[in-house]
Amino acid sequence: MSNTIHDMGGMHGFGPVVGEPSEPPFHERWEGRVLAMQRAMGATGLWTIDGGRASLETLPPIAYLAASYYARWFLGLERRVVAYGLVGEDEIAAGRSLRPGIRLNRKLTLEDAKANRYTRFDRPAPAPARFKPGDPVKTRNINPTTHTRLPRYARGKLGTVEAVRGCHVFPDSAAIGAGDNPQWLYTVVFPARELWGEAADPAIRVSIEAFEPYLDPA
Amino acid sequence: MAADDHHSHEHGSELSDLQLRVKALETILTEKGYVDPAALDQIVENAETKIGPHIGARIVARAWSDPGFKRRLLEDASEVVNSLVGFDPVAAHLIAVENTPSRHNVVVCTLCSCYPWSVLGLPPVWYKSAPYRSRAVIDPKGVLAEFGVKLPPETEIRVWDSTAETRFLVLPMRPNGTDGWSEDELARLVTRDSMVGTGLAKSPSELKR
Repeated sequence: MSNTIHDMGGMHGFGPVVGEPSEPPFHERWEGRVLAMQRAMGATGLWTIDGGRASLETLPPIAYLAASYYARWFLGLERRVVAYGLVGEDEIAAGRSLRPGIRLNRKLTLEDAKANRYTRFDRPAPAPARFKPGDPVKTRNINPTTHTRLPRYARGKLGTVEAVRGCHVFPDSAAIGAGDNPQWLYTVVFPARELWGEAADPAIRVSIEAFEPYLDPA
Repeated sequence: MAADDHHSHEHGSELSDLQLRVKALETILTEKGYVDPAALDQIVENAETKIGPHIGARIVARAWSDPGFKRRLLEDASEVVNSLVGFDPVAAHLIAVENTPSRHNVVVCTLCSCYPWSVLGLPPVWYKSAPYRSRAVIDPKGVLAEFGVKLPPETEIRVWDSTAETRFLVLPMRPNGTDGWSEDELARLVTRDSMVGTGLAKSPSELKR
């Protein structure tokens, strides 16, 4: 879903930002285990990073806000392993395995973990880029019930293409199992006044990373 | 933020319930042969000891010292950083953005918490919090003030919302009074927050304190 609580840009009411001096990588041991399980299960290739994000976005808003970052990841991972038939609801309830696992095409090994490779999301371009730096564009006013990476605050707004970032996996497609559907990616910059109205500070500009299907010529 | 968003609800019975569920899921995934506990240990070790802002600080210090390196960094940060950082290849889509006297850059991810892990390590709690994600794009000056960053009013504030797999590293301005400093000395001035844009690099006098 796209118009859910995760899309926070521009919301009021969450209070001040408070830092923590000398913050450790993890506050509790379980947080590290969640991160590791998330990485390892992601490496199976059964779902994409966008599919993972989409499952977090389907958490009820109250649950999303109440959960810490790693708790949210855990809730999403638990949902996903059940949804993909890897683990049964009965096993989650029992807290242990009740039958052998299904065969995976890929499994993260210790050597993989040592190499700590990052996934690439760039893809060969199926067509030339439609826009170039300096082009005026208008973002589309879309409200899909599936995943998108066009934030609400930047829909239907006039901006300028600042950079072409290559051709990448299109999250809106990948999240729903519709394949990579590679699309050109652009940095599109907006004056704060275009996003937030005339009272906004003229010294502020905000950019998003926008996929070509989010944009029309302006 | 730390108190509201990430801690208060984790005390007491809810915390132990979550801990038990995490442990149970690891047991299930291991018993079913989906994960190798040694690989999980390695991932945690990477996050705790290998990646971190010390990597970004080395990159910034090199850029301050070597104009050719800085030019290449701003052109293609992924390629330059991969050649500098021996441990692992960084995400393929790293972009370095330079602070100048007329422009200050701030990085956020309003939709989740995208962050340049390969050069800064795990994101701090505040970066992942609702206050930062909601306000960085609509009230960046207010957020900077909470971090104690004061800039001249005419300085352009440029906010980068990380809505795709591109990641941003802010190249802070080199502090005055550091002529002739070695890269190792310069790196000690480079804070994590200065590479996210919610801070400035330390001055030599701050380093002494």
